[in-house]
Amino acid sequence: MSDNQFYESFEELQQSHPDLDSKELVLNMGPQHPSTHGVLRIILKLDGEKVNGLECVIGYLHRGIEKIAESRTWTQFAPFVDRLDYTAAVANNLGYCLTVEKLLGVEVPKRAQYIRVILTELARLASHQVWLGTHVLDIGAVTPLFYAFRDRETILNVFEKYCGARLTTHSFRIGGCRWDAYEGFSSEVLRICDDLLPKIDEYKNLITGNRIWLQRTKNVGCISAEDCLSFGITGPVLRGSGVAWDLRKAQPYSSYEDFEFDVPIGSAGDTFDRYVVRVEEMRQSIRIIRQAVEGLPEGPIIARVPKVIKPPVGEVYLSTEAPKGELGYFMVSDGTPQPYRLRVRPPSFINLQALEKMSKGGLVADVVAIIGTLDIVLGEVDR
Amino acid sequence: MNSILGYLHSNVTPGEAGNLFWVAVYVLLVFAGVSFGVMFMNWFERKVMAHMQVRVGPMRVGPHGLLQPIADALKLIIKEDLMPANADKIVFWFAPVCVVMTAFCSFIVVPFGRTHAITDMNIGVLFMLGVSSLGVLGVIMAGWASNSHYPLMGSLRSGAQMVSYEVAMCMTVVSAVMMTSMATGTGTMSMIGIVQAQLQQHTWFAFSFFPVGFTALGVFAIAMVAETNRAPFDLPEAESELVAGFLTEYSGFRWSLFFLAEYTGMMAVSSIATTLWLGGWLRPFPNWLGGRNWDLAFSLVPGLTFLLLASFCFFFYNRMPRIRAMRANAIGLAAFGAVIAIVGIVLLLPGVRERIQDIYWFTLKVGFFMYLYVWGRTTFPRYRFDQLMSIGWKVLFPISLAVVILTALIGVRQELFALVWR
Repeated sequence: MSDNQFYESFEELQQSHPDLDSKELVLNMGPQHPSTHGVLRIILKLDGEKVNGLECVIGYLHRGIEKIAESRTWTQFAPFVDRLDYTAAVANNLGYCLTVEKLLGVEVPKRAQYIRVILTELARLASHQVWLGTHVLDIGAVTPLFYAFRDRETILNVFEKYCGARLTTHSFRIGGCRWDAYEGFSSEVLRICDDLLPKIDEYKNLITGNRIWLQRTKNVGCISAEDCLSFGITGPVLRGSGVAWDLRKAQPYSSYEDFEFDVPIGSAGDTFDRYVVRVEEMRQSIRIIRQAVEGLPEGPIIARVPKVIKPPVGEVYLSTEAPKGELGYFMVSDGTPQPYRLRVRPPSFINLQALEKMSKGGLVADVVAIIGTLDIVLGEVDR
Repeated sequence: MNSILGYLHSNVTPGEAGNLFWVAVYVLLVFAGVSFGVMFMNWFERKVMAHMQVRVGPMRVGPHGLLQPIADALKLIIKEDLMPANADKIVFWFAPVCVVMTAFCSFIVVPFGRTHAITDMNIGVLFMLGVSSLGVLGVIMAGWASNSHYPLMGSLRSGAQMVSYEVAMCMTVVSAVMMTSMATGTGTMSMIGIVQAQLQQHTWFAFSFFPVGFTALGVFAIAMVAETNRAPFDLPEAESELVAGFLTEYSGFRWSLFFLAEYTGMMAVSSIATTLWLGGWLRPFPNWLGGRNWDLAFSLVPGLTFLLLASFCFFFYNRMPRIRAMRANAIGLAAFGAVIAIVGIVLLLPGVRERIQDIYWFTLKVGFFMYLYVWGRTTFPRYRFDQLMSIGWKVLFPISLAVVILTALIGVRQELFALVWR
């Protein structure tokens, strides 16, 4: 075997030159790293720039939220779920309240359902804006981040006016909403929708046609629909691979069946498709919000629920379509005011599994792009 | 004394005149000017980026953040001088020195005007390219000496990138050097000679053999961004991948030296581009708006620019709210405006304006390229390493080769025409 042969793989090189003092470069990326979106630690095994394998180390943000649930009452635990996916706290809240309501068998008033939908879709917009800004920043474009965060601000202002908090909102209560829509809520939300559509076009103009962006995202981090399904991946990542699975359509909750919207899907399952899917989802969210605001019914905003919530003995699982994917809650009640066991099925944690599969054989820069496109939030991964 | 005053009437650079006193003065002036330029660029980049990104940028230190670079430099200098325990001490120490030295050295031959250069070498362009590409040594040293993975990968990327883009860059330079031989028949590599060739041919090389010259400038402009490791080719210090690349282990004063070298390098390559394709210190529109009157009008432009800037300062001073908290800022802005106004009036004086306007036009053109740097940084995502290499070798290198061949062919044809015509 001649020396100047081009080696196909690192293993081949090692086999042909056993005396060569060559090791894989093990690069420890994180937990303090600008683009691991929090405290994710990745142990990269590199051959030069090429990724031979990687290992995710999680748990740096573990707060034992599921265990905490066992020593809190059902009502007390609700603010804790805000701290799971903190970029879309409202969506976590919705899932939690819906699950407890299912356990109790409570029917939520229509008006409360609509308010919940409006706020949840606003949270989806905000979450996707954070994703867009940070994902594009990871790939090296600095400017769209500021545009995205500027527009997210208007949404956070609505949350602030509605419930006083901007990030960890705790906006819903078991049985409905704590607050009614404030005066001028509808007009403000509609104005945000009107303003945001051209802004989404602006993001598109800034990013989509850019040659560098296309080169960095097309055919990067591909994952097939079969792989997605076997990993249990949900959300925009699954839809980017061409599976039209959206829980808002598949098993509607909180009156989603009243609204008309499309489920955007991709085809190639690469980073670019997931980008397109998410941007299109923002448009669909605006569509839903408009319908919900225009059809907002009058009536009570909270159902009659007892002061001390003691669900009947039993267990229940309910999942909702959070911005990151399927957010499920599994609850076991032993009839006491506290949950016997509460388990969260976080979309980020399950989507993160695919990181190794997607980035193997790619370059270091691709790993960063793939972390961004998976849109993980470490608060949700570690809980 | 005689030699010191006598030089003022000469028509050559101090290096050519062999006048050591004036060489020393020029070296100091260039060093001070470039350092000032780096500080200004620091402020300018942050301001321009901020305004493109719906922010306001530095506003607190000095009027509109004008003193921010000084505050930053001060902060960096008084920071603790950290060196990793397992670093290669000597190399770690020498790397920033090497980078700064090479970056400043290249300014020896940069002609800010006919006489405003430290010296004129007959291989000026070659010297500049050679010295400025030595900077990569410092980067590799920094990556190696840090004894850490991120810097190592950053410096490896940097080495590969600089070497590949150097090739395309040099090819386009060859094309410009060939163009210098068009009118006189003898080419030159002297930086001053190249500008004078453009003066004699009544054109800037960016516009000669259209679109060959322009393409050459384009290729050079792209290659020089890659050469100086700036976005979208800033892979060696790609923040989202390699934390800070080869700079990861550096902090404080050493880090500021790398920063200084980076911006100095940007200015150095921008001045090559200016000299080779945009007519160096020559004023714009020498043919279209020629004649004595236009010469006079253009020589007034530098002073008028400064007066305009001063009037901006006074305008914003007037608009500032008259409150206690803003008083220091307001006075600062007015004082800054006053200084600029005085400079502007001095620049309008006959005798000064003829000499200074060269520097003004040169700086303006370099500033144009610096603005492009900032613009590109705010606009583009970052290339991946393999894409970067394939652009360098598969796109820019063939184009630059074609440019060289086309320049030669067109040049020969024109010479032949001239022969036959005679």
